[in-house]
Amino acid sequence: MIEIKNINKTFGDRHIIKDISFKFYQGKTNLIIGESGCGKTTLLKLMVGLHAADTGEILYHNKNFPALDNKGKQEIRTKIGMLFQGGALFDSLTLEENVQFPLDMFTHLSKTEKAERVNYCLDKVQLSGKNKLYPSELSGGMKKRAALARAIANSPDYLFCDEPNSGLDPKTSIVIDNLIQDITRELNITTVIITHDMNSVMEIGDNVMFIHKGENWWTGDKTEILNTKNAELFDFVFASEFIKKVYKKNAS
Amino acid sequence: MNLFTHLGRYFILMYRVFSKPQRFSVYWRQIIHEINNIGISSLPIIAIISVFMGGIITIQAAFGFSSPWVPLYAIGFTTRESILLEFSPTIVSLILAGKVGSNIASEIGAMRITEQIDALEIMGINSAGYLIFPKIAAAIIIFPFLIALSMFLGIWGGYAMGVAANACSSYEYIFGIQAYFEPWKLYYSFTKVIVFAYIITSVSSYFGYYTYGGALEVGKSSTRAVVYSSILILFFGLILTNLFFSR
Repeated sequence: MIEIKNINKTFGDRHIIKDISFKFYQGKTNLIIGESGCGKTTLLKLMVGLHAADTGEILYHNKNFPALDNKGKQEIRTKIGMLFQGGALFDSLTLEENVQFPLDMFTHLSKTEKAERVNYCLDKVQLSGKNKLYPSELSGGMKKRAALARAIANSPDYLFCDEPNSGLDPKTSIVIDNLIQDITRELNITTVIITHDMNSVMEIGDNVMFIHKGENWWTGDKTEILNTKNAELFDFVFASEFIKKVYKKNAS
Repeated sequence: MNLFTHLGRYFILMYRVFSKPQRFSVYWRQIIHEINNIGISSLPIIAIISVFMGGIITIQAAFGFSSPWVPLYAIGFTTRESILLEFSPTIVSLILAGKVGSNIASEIGAMRITEQIDALEIMGINSAGYLIFPKIAAAIIIFPFLIALSMFLGIWGGYAMGVAANACSSYEYIFGIQAYFEPWKLYYSFTKVIVFAYIITSVSSYFGYYTYGGALEVGKSSTRAVVYSSILILFFGLILTNLFFSR
C-alpha cells in the first residue's frame, strides 16, 4: 500500500499540489483523474521521487520515501515499475533487451532465467515473438504494452502508469486497461494510474481520486462516480454532451 | 543562467558520473559499444581529413621553402611538426567535437525529452553514471588511437603529395620527418588528446543531460555542446602548450 499525507508542491509562485492526502491500496487499480494541468502528473512524479515535495509524507508500506537515505530510496525504487505516457523505451535496444534491462541491472539471474522471464513478460502483454524488434518498429499500442512488460520484468510491488491510454484507439485502450488490471490482481501489487479517460475509469476504477485545481476534490470508486453530486466531478465526467444525453435517457 | 550555475551543475553531474558503478559488467558492455559508436565510426572522416591535410601542409611548406638556402628536408620536418603538435591533436579534436559532441548531446537530449532518463532514475539506476561514464571512458581509450592514426596518415599524405608533386625527394622527406625528433612532444600531444577527449564527452553530455523541452531544445543543446567544447579545447590547448613549452 502507498499512502500520501498532506503533500504540497509549488513551482515558483504557483501552488500546484495543495495538501493532498490519499491511500492507494494493494491489489487494486488506484486511479488519479482530473483535467489536464490539474497536477496529476506532478503528483505522480512526487510519488516516484522525480520531484521533491515541499511538505508531506509519501509512505511505501509505512516507509516515508522522501525521508529515506539514498540506500533506502534505492531499495524502494527497485520495487517500482513505471509505464510512461510515451513508453520511454530505450531506442537503441530491442524489445527483449528493453525488458531484460532491469534484470541485468538488479538481478543475478542466469542468461536462461533472464530469457525465460523476458518471454514470460512479453507473453503477458501479448507480444510473444516480437523480441528482436526495435521500439521504432512498434505501433503506439505495442509500445505501451512493451513498456508495461519492462515495468513488470523485475516483479515490482508498485506499478505507476502515466496516461496509459493516451493516443490509443478505444479498443486498444481497453486491452491495455485489462492488462493492467489483470497484472495488478495476479501479482497483488499496488497500481497507480493517471488518466482522464472516462472509459478507463468505468472499466478499472477500483479506487479513484479526482483532483481539481491541485486539490483532492473527490474520492470513491467507479460505481459512485455516475451518481456524484460533486459539481466539478460531474462536469468532468459528463463533459461530452453526447454522454450526458445517453446518461439522462438511461436514467429516465 | 550564469557561469557559476553551469559550473556548479557540471561538477555535481560529474560527481554522479564518477560514483561507483552499480553493475560493472553492464558498464563495460556500454564502454565497448561506445568505443565503436564514438571511435570506430569516426575513422573514415579522420582518415580522409588527415591524408588531405598532410598533403596540403607539405605543398604549402614546399612553396614557402623555395629559397635555395633552406634544405628540402625542412618540408618533411615542418609537416611532421605541424601534424604532431597541432593538426592531429587539436584540429582533429575540434572535428571530433563537431561529430561526436553533437551526437552525444542530441542522443542524451532526446533521451531526456522522451522520458528515458526518468525511466532509468525510477528504476533506481544512476542515469548520469550509466549514460555518461561509458562515453567518457570510451573516448579516453579510443581517441589516442584515432589521433595516432591521424598522425600516421597525415605524414603519409604529406609524403605521397610531396613526392607526387615533385616538391622533394622521398629520401629528403623521410630524412626530414626523422630530423631533430624530440619524444616529449608526443607526450605533450597525447596529453592534450586525453584532456580534449574528456572535454568533448563531458561537456556534450552535460548539455544533453540538462535539455528540457522538445526537438528545438535538443538542437540547441547540440549546438551549445559543439561551441563550448570547441572553445574549451582551444582554451585548455593554450594552457597545456604554455605548461609544456615554458621550460
